[in-house]
Amino acid sequence: MDGFIHQIVSGIASGGIYASVALALVMIYQATHHVNFAQGEMAMFSTYIALTLIQAGVPYWAAFCITVPVSFVIGALIQRVVMEPLAKAPVLASVGVFIGLLLTFNSVAGWIFTYTLKPFPSPFGEGKPLFGGFVSRHELGSTAVTLVVLLSIWAFFRFTKLGLAMRAAAYNPVSSRLVGVPVNKMLALGWGLAASIGAIAGMMVAPVIFLDPNMMAGVLLYAFAGALLGGITNPLGAVVGGFIVGIIENLGGAYVVGTELKLTTALFIIVVVLTVKPAGLFGKTLVSRV
Amino acid sequence: MRRRTLLTGIGSTALLATPHIARAQWPGVTADEIKIGHTIPYSGPASAYGVIGHAHTAFFKMLNEQGGVAGRKVNFISLDDGYLPPKTVEQVRRLVEQDGVSFMFSPLGTANNTAIQKYLNQKKIPQLFVATGADKWGNPKDFPWTIGWQPSYRTEAQIYAKYMRKEKPAAKLGVLYQNDDFGKDYLIGLKDALGADYAKFIAKEVSYEITDATIDSQAVTLRESGADVLVTAATPKFAAQMIRKVADMDWKPMHFLSNVSASVGSVIKPAGVEKAVGIITSAYIKDSTDPMWANDPGIKAWREWMNKWMPGADQTDGGYLAAYGLDQTMIQLFKQCGKDLSRENIMHQAGNLQPHDCGVLLPGIQPNTTPTNFHPIRQMQLSKWDGQSWKLFGEIIEGTGA
Repeated sequence: MDGFIHQIVSGIASGGIYASVALALVMIYQATHHVNFAQGEMAMFSTYIALTLIQAGVPYWAAFCITVPVSFVIGALIQRVVMEPLAKAPVLASVGVFIGLLLTFNSVAGWIFTYTLKPFPSPFGEGKPLFGGFVSRHELGSTAVTLVVLLSIWAFFRFTKLGLAMRAAAYNPVSSRLVGVPVNKMLALGWGLAASIGAIAGMMVAPVIFLDPNMMAGVLLYAFAGALLGGITNPLGAVVGGFIVGIIENLGGAYVVGTELKLTTALFIIVVVLTVKPAGLFGKTLVSRV
Repeated sequence: MRRRTLLTGIGSTALLATPHIARAQWPGVTADEIKIGHTIPYSGPASAYGVIGHAHTAFFKMLNEQGGVAGRKVNFISLDDGYLPPKTVEQVRRLVEQDGVSFMFSPLGTANNTAIQKYLNQKKIPQLFVATGADKWGNPKDFPWTIGWQPSYRTEAQIYAKYMRKEKPAAKLGVLYQNDDFGKDYLIGLKDALGADYAKFIAKEVSYEITDATIDSQAVTLRESGADVLVTAATPKFAAQMIRKVADMDWKPMHFLSNVSASVGSVIKPAGVEKAVGIITSAYIKDSTDPMWANDPGIKAWREWMNKWMPGADQTDGGYLAAYGLDQTMIQLFKQCGKDLSRENIMHQAGNLQPHDCGVLLPGIQPNTTPTNFHPIRQMQLSKWDGQSWKLFGEIIEGTGA
């Protein structure tokens, strides 16, 4: 019984990691209606920027506050330089570019920062882990950060005019342009925000799984499963989905399918959600007129 | 032309008698040159191994300056395969068919060597001293043209099991292993050494995939199994996670760590030097950063060699040591070959290596082979992390054989 509870607690801890990356996926989807496969690698790259700053002697929170806007600029620039010319291209072209970005960020990070595993500091202190050693201070702290980010995104889209304009630009670019929404700027803004959220996610994840250029490869798939499960249009759904995937993964791996099929479980979730309830548990079904 | 072919057929004694006529005596060997092929990742994610290639290149340069091999210069052709098996195949085909090398020397990577093994064996081209720790390279029955060098993962696991059995006869064993050839070699090794008692010792075997984000769930399962001995057969990232998780859970098993993950910089420091105290791994090469070897003649000779042939290189990088040690075995092989540099004789001598001192290997470890045992190094010494460095302890332990 003890083991069972520990598996759940441990699952919530990994779920927190998936939730934070899932949030970035939701952000980009809300803003552009694309799922950016390079999201994880961009987050990893931002984390390296933060680490470089910290190693240069910048205090943690200052590095954090510099990294987030720098990532915003990188994200917005990518939209302006790489994605904009593809605005009218078929979806597959964008997917190709996303994969290209993924490889580029991965290789460039390896080239600049090497492939050696690096520890990343936690702002929440090392200290003794809590709850019998199953949740570290950092995992608790990063879950809190994830929730704060979640709240801000939700409020941003729900209560601000800018959020509304962004949703409109992604959902129906032509009509939005007609009513005066600067669609291109909105898209760049969406990319920037998604990159910033990714940067936060990266900085929260790195202390747990250590920083290397392939850090996000595994995480992104689980995060994607979480985002889809909760609903890729709904930040709250994505976070809840991330936690659920973490718990299912742990319990399934320990008691049901065995550790070999953990990843398969995540892929299975993706397939089931897409077949049974494409909008996810909390998502809104969007109907568009054609 | 016909005469030359005939001579080759007659073999070495005839050649020795008529040295002037002989030009291309054996594939890849002429009267004044022997061509040797090599592949290693100079680019890509595993390019850190590239230093090994540079060291080998410097070694053959030195050999040439000292007169070469049996009066011939070595033409060492080292190509980049980016750690990609298809690329390795392409490069090796080029080396064999275009450059016409005599043999392949220490290609790096398990998957990479697997990709070229059948091809080289079919063509009867020696695949010497491959740079990987998989156990399958020592299989002269099925692959008589392939041979490894470093101790295999299986040998390493046998050594851990032997030590565990002696120290904790009532141990309950938990194993975390990577779900591939690398991780499974450890399971096989443990089973070799414990034999029929394996079932009695084992409490739980748990695997992880390299795509897993964390191994927390596996760590919890292993602890719950009641194991008091833990073998972690993992690559650096997961090894670091495991060390930290075991410490965080206040679990204190006798912890064996696969030696690929014994790196202080990329595993122990990230995990936390305090959290790793008491962990046991194994070694077969002297640690150049350990002051214990500062005045060791073997290490001193290596340093002199480095200063002369690889000036400015980072001498804390273990790759240079391993390359240098392997090159000593190559010297031994050339010595045994004498004047006969045919592929047959090279392989014959590789399967009959006399014990020899490599300078940088731990005292007492001398590579040697027999026609039925293609594992040149089968001994290791255990070493324990004391919070600052790895400390060797106990005797040199030999794995349980082939």
